[in-house]
Amino acid sequence: MSDNKKLLTEVEDALANCMKCGNCMEVCPIYKEFKTESSVARGKIALMEAVLSGQSDITAGFDKRMAMCVSCKACTAKCPCGVKADELIIKGREAIVKTRGLHPIKKAAFALLKARPLFDFGLRMAGLFGPLAFKKLPGRLATVARFPMPGLDRKRIMAPVASTPLRSQYPEVVKVDNPKFRVAFFTGCTINYIYTDVGQAVLNVLKENDVEVTLPALQHCCAVPVHISGDIELAKVFAKHNIETFERYNPDYIVAACGSCTMAWKKDYPDMFADDPEMKARAEKLAAKTYEISQFLVDVVKFRRDNLGEVNATVTMHDPCHMARGIAVTAQPREVLKAIPGVNFVEMKEPARCCGAGGSFSLAHYDVARTINDRKLADIATTGADTVVTGCGMCRMHITDGLVQSGRNEQVFHTVQLLDKAYKAGKKDEPKKTKDEFHFH
Amino acid sequence: MQSGLLDSLKRIVGTEHVLTNQEDLLCYSYDATPGFSHMPEAVVMPGTADEVAKVLAAANDAKVPVYPRGSGTNLSAGTVPLKGGIVLLMTRMNKIVEIDTANLVAVAEPGVVVADLNKAVEEFGLIYPPDPGTVATATLGGTVSENAGGLRGLKYGVSKHYIMGLEVVLADGRILNTGGKTVKDVAGYDLTKLFTGSEGTLGVITKIIVKLMPAPEARKAMLATFGNLDDAGQAISAIIAAKIIPATLEIMDNATIRTVEEFSKAGLPTSAEALLLIEVDGIPEVVEKEAAKVVEVLKANNAAEIRVAQDAGERDKIWAARRAALPALAKLRPTTFVEDATVPRSKVPDMIRAVNEIAARYNVTIGTFGHAGDGNLHPTIVCDIRDDAEMDRVYKAMDEIFAVSLKLGGTLSGEHGIGVGKLRYMESQFGPAGMTAMRSIKKALDPNCILNPGKLVGECG
Repeated sequence: MSDNKKLLTEVEDALANCMKCGNCMEVCPIYKEFKTESSVARGKIALMEAVLSGQSDITAGFDKRMAMCVSCKACTAKCPCGVKADELIIKGREAIVKTRGLHPIKKAAFALLKARPLFDFGLRMAGLFGPLAFKKLPGRLATVARFPMPGLDRKRIMAPVASTPLRSQYPEVVKVDNPKFRVAFFTGCTINYIYTDVGQAVLNVLKENDVEVTLPALQHCCAVPVHISGDIELAKVFAKHNIETFERYNPDYIVAACGSCTMAWKKDYPDMFADDPEMKARAEKLAAKTYEISQFLVDVVKFRRDNLGEVNATVTMHDPCHMARGIAVTAQPREVLKAIPGVNFVEMKEPARCCGAGGSFSLAHYDVARTINDRKLADIATTGADTVVTGCGMCRMHITDGLVQSGRNEQVFHTVQLLDKAYKAGKKDEPKKTKDEFHFH
Repeated sequence: MQSGLLDSLKRIVGTEHVLTNQEDLLCYSYDATPGFSHMPEAVVMPGTADEVAKVLAAANDAKVPVYPRGSGTNLSAGTVPLKGGIVLLMTRMNKIVEIDTANLVAVAEPGVVVADLNKAVEEFGLIYPPDPGTVATATLGGTVSENAGGLRGLKYGVSKHYIMGLEVVLADGRILNTGGKTVKDVAGYDLTKLFTGSEGTLGVITKIIVKLMPAPEARKAMLATFGNLDDAGQAISAIIAAKIIPATLEIMDNATIRTVEEFSKAGLPTSAEALLLIEVDGIPEVVEKEAAKVVEVLKANNAAEIRVAQDAGERDKIWAARRAALPALAKLRPTTFVEDATVPRSKVPDMIRAVNEIAARYNVTIGTFGHAGDGNLHPTIVCDIRDDAEMDRVYKAMDEIFAVSLKLGGTLSGEHGIGVGKLRYMESQFGPAGMTAMRSIKKALDPNCILNPGKLVGECG
């Protein structure tokens, strides 16, 4: 047996636990669109078993089918046998990367991502020169390509790359008088380079609650995109780099404002070093300190509610897959919202159903990603909300893309941005322009 | 498969609706039944009855097997393409054609998921009662073909009690209509019932007229534990003798109780020999009266503990224990066989005792739970299909379980169907005359034996 198949042998018992009941069909967003077996976990598990039994091989066809998964974890949450299908599919992809290499678009993207300084330089340049390539759309953080670009659908609405990354907008330590806690903020790529507005909101809100924030300068991509694509070696390089970087600051807590980034710290990093006890222990130590921002505000800080002003909006919430099923944080963002005076919260149908973004999935499979998103857009419309909040930059971008393309006016924000807005509204002496600033996005 | 036939299939349904890639074929080589798999040569996804007709005509001419398939969740290997050929995937035909509230019927295509049909009729205050465990994934066509039942079988029956008419494509491609929307219809042979539960061996169902029922206004769930299995058995019969027909009357044996408790810590007494879960439904006043009567009967039959759900939350808790039965057992070992041997309800304790004795004798792990009120038990055998020695014992135990159910006056299948999983026991239930009669029907309707060949009645060539 080849070394590549050996990777699958490690999970042979886990694969055998799938009893082929097909319950995953109920919840799989990809199956909902295609209604074919290879699109759902049961089929993918059968394919991996076929590779192991020698009935099949790690072919282009195998690659194509294993790629059809948004890693939303809905199948794993549903499985009566406790099969962690999402993790098994990633194992399948690891075998593919070892045998056949990465998808060409991802390969190019990860090659850039691999060299942190180069990646940083590239995105700074994109922020400065982006307007040459992307036309800004009025009213929100949305742009559309001016000319065809490889790997990018022509009609796709992207968020613009910030002209100044978040971490360059602030000193490395954002101090407060009499800090209650000292936290290190893991910004993640989307908040550092694209949605700096979310990063600013995090810093404002933490300041409001007497929390000192450090933004470790050398932090890098959380590794989730490379990990779910099956490039486990590169993922471990990123994980190790981030662990070493954050250890140096010895913060009370690590805070992230993205479900996937938080999941990486809390779950993926310790799992990645299963066969390296020393690194695993270090990863676990940091994992125990890591919180998603709404979770941190509700569970640890017990955020201030006495000085919140009114935010008049009808709001619905989309739970990102990695928030709902990755780290199981759905109650806290709702508690944040419900604390804000003036907010009329309307729950949408199936708020935790995947929006179709799937991180880098939507780069390689944009059409499918859009079709899945159509269901989310319909669920949003039913609520009559004017504002959608979520906890993931990729979800925000993908839902915004769908709304703009269908000519709709709902705004999409991170939950913490509404809290920031409420604190601002609560300051009587604050100049009136905060409101305009909010609507400008 | 000859390229001429493949070309015809692509012309009929469109190239994009024919799968021939190795990986796709592998994904249709199995269903939810352990131990059976075989690759088809093509997967064909028709969009209309007319396309189904053309596909069958072409396959019939070429004498190539055709295996109709919905979601592939059946437990009797009913959809496994054991002789290669064509898997006819019906999931594209998923429209609800009509909901007719005046006649209390719905008309739907076979690819509609049963739960989706229920969601659609719910807003009219109606239900489609058959609710197999796979209700959220299984298709209407699949459940009708397998004659699926569910938790409400005692009061509401199984699929065949709700099918009023069908559109069926015969093996040679001719389209046939049976039944209709009328409550009374005694004209001719009852072809509707013949095709219902025929497991895709007699024709391909392309449209289904189902009977709907008014949704019950109220429900009340109860749970009772018994230190003695016979007391539980007595209680089951006594409830019915008291002229109460609960919607649901479920039993869990000691092995199942212990497994559920280990996984879910629901506070079930692990020493209890049996647990009964009961739900009465209907008009609120009647429900209250019946629930009180059930409690009385349970007490009279030495129930150790009785819980009556006071609200929706408590009701959910009671049913969570039942829902946990299969997942908890399935988590014990890699392979799970869920059987559905069914006996007259008075024989339920005898059946459970026999299963336990068989499990001990062959050293296999079996938990038994199921629909006690209608005698439909689910002896669930958990094992590892990769262990040949263990599987030898498992299959022997299985043989004995079915033999006992027949001996007790029961049947091989309460709701899962025969497929190939239980084919080897058919002769002992029906005898040579019965098998010959069924094979004659098969041959008359499908002379080339292309429809799901080798299943239900076995080889017919």
